[in-house]
Amino acid sequence: MPAIAVSTTINDDTVEFLCQPDETLLDVLRNRLGLMGAKEGCGTGDCGACSAIVDGRVVCSCLVLGAEAEGRTIETIEGMANGNELHPLQRKFIEHAALQCGICTPGFLMAAKALLEVNPDPTETEIRFWLAGNLCRCTGYDKIVRAVQDAAAEMRGETA
Amino acid sequence: MSFDATFQNKRFNSVGTRPLRPDGIDKVTGRARYGADFNMPGQLVARVLRSPHAHARIKGIDTSKAEAVKGVKAIVTAADMPDLTDGDEALFAILDNCMAREKAMYDGHAVAAVAAIDESSAKAALKLIKVDYEVLPHVVDVDAAMMADAPVLNDTIFTQGVEPAPSKPSNVANRSEFGHGDVDAGFAKADIIVERSYKTEQAHQGYIEPHACVASCNADGTADLWVCTQGHFVYRQNCADLLGLEASKLRVTSSEIGGGFGGKTHVWAEPVALALSRKAGRPVKLIMSREEVFRASGPTSATSIDVKIGATKDGKITAAEATLRYTSGPYPDMWAELGAMTAFAPYDLENVKTVGFEVVVNRPKVAAYRAPSAPMAAFAAESAVDELAKEIGMDPVDFRIANVAKEGTRSSYGPVYGPIGIGPTLDAAKAHPHMSAPLGPNQGRGMACGFWFNFGGQTCTDLNISADGTVTIAVGTVDVGGSRASLSLIVAEELGIEYSDVKAVIADTSTLGYNDMTDGSRGTFSTSMATISAARNAIEVMRQRAAIMWDIPLEHIYWEDGHAKAAGSKHGNRAPLSVKDIAAEAGNTGGPIAGHSELVADGAGVSFATHICDIEVDSETGSSRVVRYTVIQDAGKAVHPAYVEGQYQGGAAQGIGWALNEEYIYGDDGRLQNPGFLDYRIPVCSDLPMIDTQILEIPNPNHPYGVRGVGETSIVPPLAAIANAVSNAVGLRMSHIPLSPPRILAALNAAKT
Ligand code: FES
Ligand code: FES
Repeated sequence: MPAIAVSTTINDDTVEFLCQPDETLLDVLRNRLGLMGAKEGCGTGDCGACSAIVDGRVVCSCLVLGAEAEGRTIETIEGMANGNELHPLQRKFIEHAALQCGICTPGFLMAAKALLEVNPDPTETEIRFWLAGNLCRCTGYDKIVRAVQDAAAEMRGETA
Repeated sequence: MSFDATFQNKRFNSVGTRPLRPDGIDKVTGRARYGADFNMPGQLVARVLRSPHAHARIKGIDTSKAEAVKGVKAIVTAADMPDLTDGDEALFAILDNCMAREKAMYDGHAVAAVAAIDESSAKAALKLIKVDYEVLPHVVDVDAAMMADAPVLNDTIFTQGVEPAPSKPSNVANRSEFGHGDVDAGFAKADIIVERSYKTEQAHQGYIEPHACVASCNADGTADLWVCTQGHFVYRQNCADLLGLEASKLRVTSSEIGGGFGGKTHVWAEPVALALSRKAGRPVKLIMSREEVFRASGPTSATSIDVKIGATKDGKITAAEATLRYTSGPYPDMWAELGAMTAFAPYDLENVKTVGFEVVVNRPKVAAYRAPSAPMAAFAAESAVDELAKEIGMDPVDFRIANVAKEGTRSSYGPVYGPIGIGPTLDAAKAHPHMSAPLGPNQGRGMACGFWFNFGGQTCTDLNISADGTVTIAVGTVDVGGSRASLSLIVAEELGIEYSDVKAVIADTSTLGYNDMTDGSRGTFSTSMATISAARNAIEVMRQRAAIMWDIPLEHIYWEDGHAKAAGSKHGNRAPLSVKDIAAEAGNTGGPIAGHSELVADGAGVSFATHICDIEVDSETGSSRVVRYTVIQDAGKAVHPAYVEGQYQGGAAQGIGWALNEEYIYGDDGRLQNPGFLDYRIPVCSDLPMIDTQILEIPNPNHPYGVRGVGETSIVPPLAAIANAVSNAVGLRMSHIPLSPPRILAALNAAKT
């Protein structure tokens, strides 16, 4: 099949790539662009390890075609910190021990970032349902939810 | 110098604090490299062809058409992996599981593999491989496999452990028995006896990271393997043995690991990747898909268990007996034996007997899953204990306290206990506010206890002190969830330096001596022991260096609070030398300063937990929800309490999933019907409440800091605790795990009619 030329914006940089028509955005990120922070846990949209933000919406990048990136604005885990300054969510995940193995962490951070952009003051229930598309097998979610609550409070300027 | 591992009741400066984990930044920025995140120049992509049949003879494999596909560089079958196992049955099982030889033994069993320049060529080639199968009758259910008319999977299996030895092969690989006293006499003394049968379905570890590796075999017989594993030294040995490589020429590097829980303790696809690389003469990357992970890796046993317990009216257990049948997949193992050992471990019993039957079935080869075999045994035993308490009219916690094992108790599996934490966890449960909190409508409360042995094992550690006084430790146990942080704390404690001055790295197999797996909750227990020993060896070197610096006899120098100090009035007014002071002079006093340690860590220290949970059941749909959950567990000593809590919470969540939802569902054709996260549903964030934890610290006498393993026990009580809670909520005894909505609904409907 002839490759498709795609021009897009990833983490504020203009990026151009060629991909196959049936290639997923996740494969493009990982295999063509070297952005391996997004992980493949299932490839079927069930685990959220591949989460990325496309035009402000969190998506499973394994369910998006690479060709669909044309003209979009994409955020991945690699663009979350500002240089060496971590995003509050990243910092709080470390502080709260919200990761054990860490394979799910990039996906959770992407999803949580998208949540706090639309809802800066979510309840515990809202956090739990928003993050229900991201699987974590290690933590039991307790510390993840607390990290998100704490980061949200800090971002609202309510630091303890 | 021999190392004294006895517990020393010291005051801690670093141990017990909660510093940030050193690998945190890599993991929140996406920089940490997991199994699938490594590439080699010129690497090929591998895909595996798997049997669609539960049981079939492989009469022939024709790969000629597949070989002709453009871009295909190598195809391997069992013929490329000759049997070098030399009568070692366990190793042969691993070989046969990696690549089916005469027969495919389960749906998903590997029969051939392709390496090609890209995925589409590899997939195209898979479709063109022709396997000539003769489909055989199969059996997947544990009780059905034990019937006299069941299809026999392997006609070389004659039940071991029975007298006289059977003359006919069967699916029962072995019988094991544990216990003491006279159970018949014990039951004769009982006022009340509860006798029940239970079943549990097969669950998967469900790590989010599928198995992945890159293999590179060179023409000179050397090879490299980059892989996500719980034990790269064991993988090296397995791969070397199976492929006829020299172990020292195979360098295995463990990547970050995206969860294992026991499922990454022996090789699955790695020897296949190496065989493909050897044949193609190029590096090969092999990643299992999620469907392959479910069909062909991991799962735990399905079980069928009978329990009989008798007690007097005043609440003393007089006898306990259990028969436990565990599936092991197509190859015999020791899963039933572990179940039989653990079933009644929390109790002080005069008369106890457990019998385990290991049963082969046409399901994937069972792998360890967090405290393997114990959760199912505890489910059966703790359900019966609860029912017995109810019949006697005693509170379930009080009934357990009245029969609890303590120091000096002869355990149901043999050894006499040292100091143990089961009594204290029960006392803490009794006093916990959760226990007396009011319940809402349709809610029930349950509690249960759990036990795990914990392992020690072979461990090797290097500690190097740099010229600036900062320290690197190289360990051979994989960091599955925070052990770099705990081990850095140990070094800081032992040397009296800052946590931030320590860096822990996981060394590859060519850089350090052999280390056992990170399994059996041994990561922090054993490696901390080796780390303490290495640090003490380094302190010895530093004392010698201080003697040179001061030019005074060695025996006048002692080590205290992170400093070399001079003893006695003659030298007493010298300012103590810090690690940094001594390190700065190392070049002039004998060269680099290092401490090394190799040991077999003994006395891992058994671990106990008590869990409490509240469940709400919707009687219209049969669905249930955990509304409150509390874990109380003995850690010996919590080195980094945040990660200990994480282990407690994670194990509880896995147990909750298993108890309520997770199960392998097979069709009549023996094919797995739910090999994906959509239909094999693990708990998601909105399914669970916060999970409260309480860490108890009953020191392990066999570790200098009192550490016990903490990783596994937390998955043992939930099956029973939840079954007890659901049973209390619906007023019916639930005896088949998972308690999925259809199963609860069926029980409710059956009770109505
Ligand atoms: S890999 Fe995309 S949702 Fe699992
Ligand atoms: S930390 Fe391991 S899956 Fe979430």
